[in-house]
Amino acid sequence: MNSADEEFISQCLRKYYYEYFGIINIPSKLNRYEFGYQKPNSPMIRHIQLQDAAELRSTLMQELPLDVFLSSARYLFPSLPMAEKEWQDADLIFDIDAKDLNLECRPSHTVQVCATCGKVKDKGCACDSPQIKDVSVTCDRCMDASKKEVKKLLDILYGDLGVKESQAEVYFSGNDGFHIHVHDLKFLNLNSLERSELVDYVMCNGMLPESLGMKKSGATSLPQLTDAGWPGRFAHHMFGSKTARQQKIKKITADGYARFADTLKGLPHTLGACIDPGVTTDVRRIFRMPGTINGKSGMTKMACTDMAKFNPYKDAVLINDSTVTVNASCPISFKLMNKKFGPYNNKDVDMPSYAAMYMMCKGLAHKV
Amino acid sequence: MIKLGEAELAKYPFLADAGQHLPEYGFTLEQLAQDPDLVVVREKAFNRIYTTTQTGKIYKSDPKGSTALPLEVLSFILAIVLLKQSRANFLIKKFAMQEARGAERFLERDLGQGTTDIQIETTRKIIWDLAQIKISKRDRYYVIAVPDYLRRAVLFQAREWKLINRQVRDGWVYLNPHETVRLIRQELVNYISDKISSAATPPMISGLQDMVDKLILLNSKFQPQIAYSDKNPPCVQHAIDTLADGKNLSHAGRFMLATFLLSRGYNVKEIAPYFKNAPDYNESITLYQLNHLAGKSGNNTQYACQSCAKLKSANLCYATSECEGVRNPMQFGVKR
Repeated sequence: MNSADEEFISQCLRKYYYEYFGIINIPSKLNRYEFGYQKPNSPMIRHIQLQDAAELRSTLMQELPLDVFLSSARYLFPSLPMAEKEWQDADLIFDIDAKDLNLECRPSHTVQVCATCGKVKDKGCACDSPQIKDVSVTCDRCMDASKKEVKKLLDILYGDLGVKESQAEVYFSGNDGFHIHVHDLKFLNLNSLERSELVDYVMCNGMLPESLGMKKSGATSLPQLTDAGWPGRFAHHMFGSKTARQQKIKKITADGYARFADTLKGLPHTLGACIDPGVTTDVRRIFRMPGTINGKSGMTKMACTDMAKFNPYKDAVLINDSTVTVNASCPISFKLMNKKFGPYNNKDVDMPSYAAMYMMCKGLAHKV
Repeated sequence: MIKLGEAELAKYPFLADAGQHLPEYGFTLEQLAQDPDLVVVREKAFNRIYTTTQTGKIYKSDPKGSTALPLEVLSFILAIVLLKQSRANFLIKKFAMQEARGAERFLERDLGQGTTDIQIETTRKIIWDLAQIKISKRDRYYVIAVPDYLRRAVLFQAREWKLINRQVRDGWVYLNPHETVRLIRQELVNYISDKISSAATPPMISGLQDMVDKLILLNSKFQPQIAYSDKNPPCVQHAIDTLADGKNLSHAGRFMLATFLLSRGYNVKEIAPYFKNAPDYNESITLYQLNHLAGKSGNNTQYACQSCAKLKSANLCYATSECEGVRNPMQFGVKR
């Protein structure tokens, strides 16, 4: 990102935080959280304690950070070094990222950018550097698949773990996935190891055949479709219907314990919710603040109240649409605000500010 | 603490207050140690420690009968005195564990076969006092809140204790009486251990000297001999091989490798070459990060190697049969 890009992005951010400060989700005891931010081409600044919303507003307007972070944890002394902060508790957070879903569409909307010169590989990059950055652009299939993972996760949180709907907030991350914040008091004190057990639960890792009624002796009492939790989910996935159940059970029994155990190994990929384990187990992480801009895309980390209707590439685009000229290099087209952009081959083009910022954040365009 | 009846105290003598019970029965510690009529108490106290720690068998108390309460409680109190005087730390640990196992049997029976609501209620209250867990009965199960379950179950290695292998509904984990009681074993052990630790060590009383000497001798047999193997655990070896092949190793994998080697006594300069073949290798960044993990920069905290459970969640576990009983890669190859 060059200085002209930075200047343009700063203007967009100034306007954004002036107009949309109200959508930032500010916790009631802001002074208990660690605050951090990052400006373009600058290191992360963290271990900051803000007293209230007014201080947050002035920090955003003065610093114009591209990325804004807040800890999932509450501390007694948020501004002290990590070991001295005195951890109190932390929200339970889940991160669902489309790039972790191994979708077939992924290569079709991913651009390889040289990490050394910043140019698109094979499109003007003359470096021989092996360091390549994969840059993905908008994809409806990725979003639909991510939404399905969110639904799976919410079913588990509500049905199995007893989280009330009012205590879970779903956010579009602002780039390539979703963040789910759980504020349920009973989970806030769990440590990292205990949260890793929850991770395995929602991902369906480590299920034993015996838990589903399959014994080494061959005796089976496999789950019913009406069962709650994982047994019920397994029954729906495996049997489909009550009539098919008996036939399938015969086959499972004939195939034996070892085959059944192998079947269970595939469950995390089919039934489990695909989350990033590192995020949920890290109780001291600073996390993108809801309502702020995601510096990887220029889109907003936006609350989703109706997942089915939510269109991230429209609803989370809040940067203005005033026209700007950029030099764009993006061999793949993408859609924002229902408009198609690209492909561009090192070309000067006029486009709305939101699309220009999107491309600049991804290193695919520069201000002319 | 709830007020317990005599039957409960005989089953769970560690809930008794020694300071209250000795005078209540009209005894002093000297009498317990020397009175010829109380030899049965002394034998029971000694056997309580000796048989459980030597044979690993659970001490069988007999909570029924008119003499049961004084015998069970007094022998437990005297056993603590003997352990304190022998300063036998290994025996104290084993004794606490075996007493807890004995209590588990009663708790399990009372939960499973409790014939009256009062009996079940009393057992629930004992569990609350010991472990601060609220349990409720639902059909033939006892239910416990998911976070309460997790706090205890993460300490167990057997996969059957993973939450995924439990019946979970609406925020509750469903357990049978055996599982409910097994879940709080460590708290029972801690409770009994604390009871022993917090008890004052009385001066040696002549009648106890022989028994104390025997316990000291027995304790010395439990001093472990530890041998270390040079072999790396499979997770660490996999990380080393991945880097050696020039393949990318995740951030979590690099953290594991570095913290493992640091804990094994390697210094930063010895560890850095392991990362030389990484696709994104940068010497100064590698040294900076290793120094940070070693506690030589930043907040001066040396980071520890993560547990197997964490590594498993991060898809870094490549367990083999040699990993049995290992909870942290640092324990791999350590033979006692």
